[in-house]
Amino acid sequence: MSEVTITIDGLEIKAREGTTVLQAAQENGLYIPNLCNHPDLDPAGLCRVCVVKMDDWKIAISCKLPVKDGMVISTEDPEVQQIRKNTVELLVANHPMTCLTCERDSTCELQKVAHYVGIKPDDIKRYRRSVRSIPMDTSNPFFDMDHSKCILCGICVRTCDELQNINAINYAQRGVASLISTLGNKPIAESRCESCGECVVRCPVAALSPKNTMEPMRQVKSICTYCGVGCGVMLGVRGDQIVSVEGDYDNPVNQGSLCVKGRYGYKFINHPERLKTPLVRKNGELVEATWDEALDQIEAKFSKHKGEKFAALASARITNEDNYLIQKFTRAVMGTNNIDHCARL
Amino acid sequence: MLQRINSPSEMVEMRDFCKAAFARQKVRFLVCAGTGCIAGGSMEVYEELKRHIAERGEDVDVELLFEGKDSEAGASISGCHGFCQMGPLVRVEPKSTFYTKVKVKDVPDIITTTLDEDSVVERLLFKNPDGSHAVAEHDVPFYNRQTRIVLAGCGTIDPEDIRNYFAVDGYTALAQIFADHSPEEVIDIVTQSGLRGRGGGGFPAGRKWKAGYDAKATPKYVVCNGDEGDPGAFMDRSVLEGNPQAVLEGMTIAAYSIGARYGVIYVRAEYPLAVVRLQKAIAQAKEFGVLGENIMGTGFDFDIDIFQGAGAFVCGESTALTLSIEGKRGMPRVAPRPRTTEVGLYDKPTLLNNVKTFAYVPDIIRKSADWFKAIGTESSSGTAVFALTGHIKNSGLIEVPMGIKLREIIFDIGGGIPKGGKFKAVQTGGPSGGCLPESLLDTPIDYDSLDEAGSIMGSGGMVIMNERTCMVDVARYFLQFTEEESCGQCVPCRLGTKQLLEILNDICRGRGKKEDLDLLVELSHSVHGGSVCGLGQTAANPVLTTLRYFKAEYEAHIYDKCCPAGVCKELISFVIDEEKCKGCMLCAKNCPVDAISGEKKQVHTIDQSLCIQCGVCFDKCPNKFSAVECVSPKIPVTPKEKMEVS
Ligand SMILES: Cc1cc2nc3c(=O)[nH]c(=O)nc-3n(C[C@H](O)[C@H](O)[C@H](O)COP(=O)(O)O)c2cc1C
Ligand code: SF4
Ligand code: SF4
Ligand code: SF4
Ligand code: SF4
Ligand code: SF4
Ligand code: SF4
Ligand code: FES
Ligand code: FES
Repeated sequence: MSEVTITIDGLEIKAREGTTVLQAAQENGLYIPNLCNHPDLDPAGLCRVCVVKMDDWKIAISCKLPVKDGMVISTEDPEVQQIRKNTVELLVANHPMTCLTCERDSTCELQKVAHYVGIKPDDIKRYRRSVRSIPMDTSNPFFDMDHSKCILCGICVRTCDELQNINAINYAQRGVASLISTLGNKPIAESRCESCGECVVRCPVAALSPKNTMEPMRQVKSICTYCGVGCGVMLGVRGDQIVSVEGDYDNPVNQGSLCVKGRYGYKFINHPERLKTPLVRKNGELVEATWDEALDQIEAKFSKHKGEKFAALASARITNEDNYLIQKFTRAVMGTNNIDHCARL
Repeated sequence: MLQRINSPSEMVEMRDFCKAAFARQKVRFLVCAGTGCIAGGSMEVYEELKRHIAERGEDVDVELLFEGKDSEAGASISGCHGFCQMGPLVRVEPKSTFYTKVKVKDVPDIITTTLDEDSVVERLLFKNPDGSHAVAEHDVPFYNRQTRIVLAGCGTIDPEDIRNYFAVDGYTALAQIFADHSPEEVIDIVTQSGLRGRGGGGFPAGRKWKAGYDAKATPKYVVCNGDEGDPGAFMDRSVLEGNPQAVLEGMTIAAYSIGARYGVIYVRAEYPLAVVRLQKAIAQAKEFGVLGENIMGTGFDFDIDIFQGAGAFVCGESTALTLSIEGKRGMPRVAPRPRTTEVGLYDKPTLLNNVKTFAYVPDIIRKSADWFKAIGTESSSGTAVFALTGHIKNSGLIEVPMGIKLREIIFDIGGGIPKGGKFKAVQTGGPSGGCLPESLLDTPIDYDSLDEAGSIMGSGGMVIMNERTCMVDVARYFLQFTEEESCGQCVPCRLGTKQLLEILNDICRGRGKKEDLDLLVELSHSVHGGSVCGLGQTAANPVLTTLRYFKAEYEAHIYDKCCPAGVCKELISFVIDEEKCKGCMLCAKNCPVDAISGEKKQVHTIDQSLCIQCGVCFDKCPNKFSAVECVSPKIPVTPKEKMEVS
């Protein structure tokens, strides 16, 4: 891919052709405030805070502006500053100021933008404040939707459409009444949403936020245990408890994505009823046993059933390697081709 | 003879045939069947006219004219004449005698004067300000300064019978281009005519058509924008209802020029009559082979569908409109984006023009680009259509040459401000436009002059306001509209219009702060510069222009809690002048909350703690007394009075 040179605020940078000004800036470590942009999604150009001035005359939005060789961009032009400041002020004036008790405190994009723009209490005092009072949608077991914090960036809508191809949510109503809604404005749990949480992780504010998670003390790289895809996860750990799960962006298998089970189904790990040892039936009752004990029993019993009497059913939740071993075991040890798989349709 | 047209040359024969047929009817009563007149009972008048004519032994069936029979008199319907306020209207051809406010009971008089006495019914004629009567339509001051091109057919032909359109040269332009012009030549004519889009933006039509022609992808579409979402506007509706065939012909010429096979007319569902007339027009045009497959036997196919929009203002924006046709949410596409002529309906090249833009085209082809260019000004050729409303004597739909002064429209055509009122401001361009004061009345009407003055041409709303109009309230009215109609996708428009509205609401309620004036300007510029589409980009125009030309009024509201025009309820009180009140009791009888007390022939008084400032007493007090006054700032309600209430 060929390179072009553009100038941002007097700084010459190299940019890959085909990228946008915002991307080019980010790849060069320059911050241009932005809210509705997400690297995984097509740019939408809706929040307007990434506004810049191009070649000294044209107001443009950097997230949708393709780089062109020799282009001169200003992010600090007075007109740009004014539009950006007013736009952010409008968002803040319509936002609940509950940062300290908010899920996204310190990781919130709106906070970051407001801070960068330099919004002062007196700036906001000039405005007629109003915060939406639509009730929260808490119907989904894994995440909540708080419309009062939603900035209508549309990232969730595009995620559900472009990445998940599910289209469970979209814009509804118009003007200030606009909101992110399911078809027929039903609670999200009753919609076609699959609770994958992909929208939740991309929401720049706490409008979509996971239930019952905590900020981890440290993160541990691991592989999701649910299925054979083998998505990379980052388990958030506090003490000996897992308190959060994130998709591992560096894992080539899932590149950060997860399904509902991998992302939200981790409570079993610390669950008191979780099986921790094999159970062996003794006198009609299941009792805890060691692996050796269990395997001995299996060997003893299986030996009696070799041949066509025997069949094995493997699982989609185990890896390819495990599945290979099962079929090998069935054919070579048990002496039968009666082997099948649960994911067969 | 009345059959499918199989070659362009047959079109001329058809025209002559239809012309001759209609000429066999000596007298024709044209009853306005526009939405306004129908509501006023024009269809009953029409039926009554037909009944009377039939009673006289005349056959009212138009078909007989086409069979070669002569007729002494007949009646037909027509589209809106534009002077709906004087409706129901009846126009009598060939003298174009112009009757206003016609009732069923007037029909016998109209019939006998016209057919037996060769005279007129004077009481139904338009009365000039000097007391004289205007007989023919073009004698009425409302009409005699107008130049009607796109409205020419509205009010003069029967929109439900294509043969009427044929008789006034309809579809000869299409025949002409099939016979003589390549697509490039047609585009050249449109370019040379200087025709600019009438949807508001004024984009040169020829350039757009050229881009449509140059677009490589297929299929291509032609889309007609009849969304007309501006409050109070009904220009496009009138054209669609009054002369639908002109729009179809214009679209077909466009289709030929860019190489399109399909067209869509986007009409708002609130225009049921326009939809019905279009449906009839399309069916008839297909029957005669001037639309549909193998048009005029040339092998060229073009079909038109009607799409009924749900009536969102923003769906008038071209990209929102095409998405809406596709069944998606009508939200404007965000720039930078390809032009609609490249990527439009179903992501295919689409030529999208306003109803009037298309309707001009047949005339331009027929009469030449130079003819059109000679009308109007250098940069804005042709005519402009306005819906004249508000505090104006003659309201209605007008068509004037570009370059005409605002003053001429308001005082010559509009007849000035009624009831001895004084002109205060004129608002053009609908919610995206601005309010211009008296000092700018000599501004010529064209895209650039209006732009310079801070307003816009828009698609043709023109609201006149008298001295009893509060300009803050006006700005608030328009902001309320844009705030509600914003599609909500971009922040500056969604939250900015809301914020502007809230500030204006506060100012009108006497809660304005001194910082508000600066904030209004600051926000207006940011909403303008930051918004995605034209709706947001222009939403602040009413605020900016009223601030520019009527700043003192804002200051009075904020600093003195005074509404000088006496409009903002929270800032005014009504009082009765003891000297002037004659105790007629009219005010007290009409007060909705019984706030006025007083005996017969005694001075009346208003209890301020009860008064809701509805203004009824002000209106009801006879002019000769004019005892009720509106004062601002508000008279404080004393605690004592309050106690008495409780
Ligand atoms: C908010 C908004 C509303 C609009 N509404 C209309 C409309 O009702 N009718 C119309 O013809 N154009 C409307 N337009 C302009 C169209 O986007 C488009 O420019 C026009 O239809 C093109 O036709 P023209 O070139 O013939 O003017 C609107 C534009 C905006 C931004
Ligand atoms: S979403 Fe962001 S700005 Fe809003 S309350 Fe939470 S941390 Fe604060
Ligand atoms: S959780 Fe997944 S399926 Fe549900 S709305 Fe979000 S992205 Fe769509
Ligand atoms: S919920 Fe979050 S991601 Fe979705 S629009 Fe609102 S702020 Fe954006
Ligand atoms: S300016 Fe207003 S109407 Fe236009 S895209 Fe933005 S929110 Fe929608
Ligand atoms: S303004 Fe209305 S409410 Fe007040 S006194 Fe007059 S009529 Fe009564
Ligand atoms: S209507 Fe006028 S004159 Fe009559 S009682 Fe009322 S204020 Fe007096
Ligand atoms: S990040 Fe560019 S408009 Fe939102
Ligand atoms: S409807 Fe008859 S004049 Fe307008």
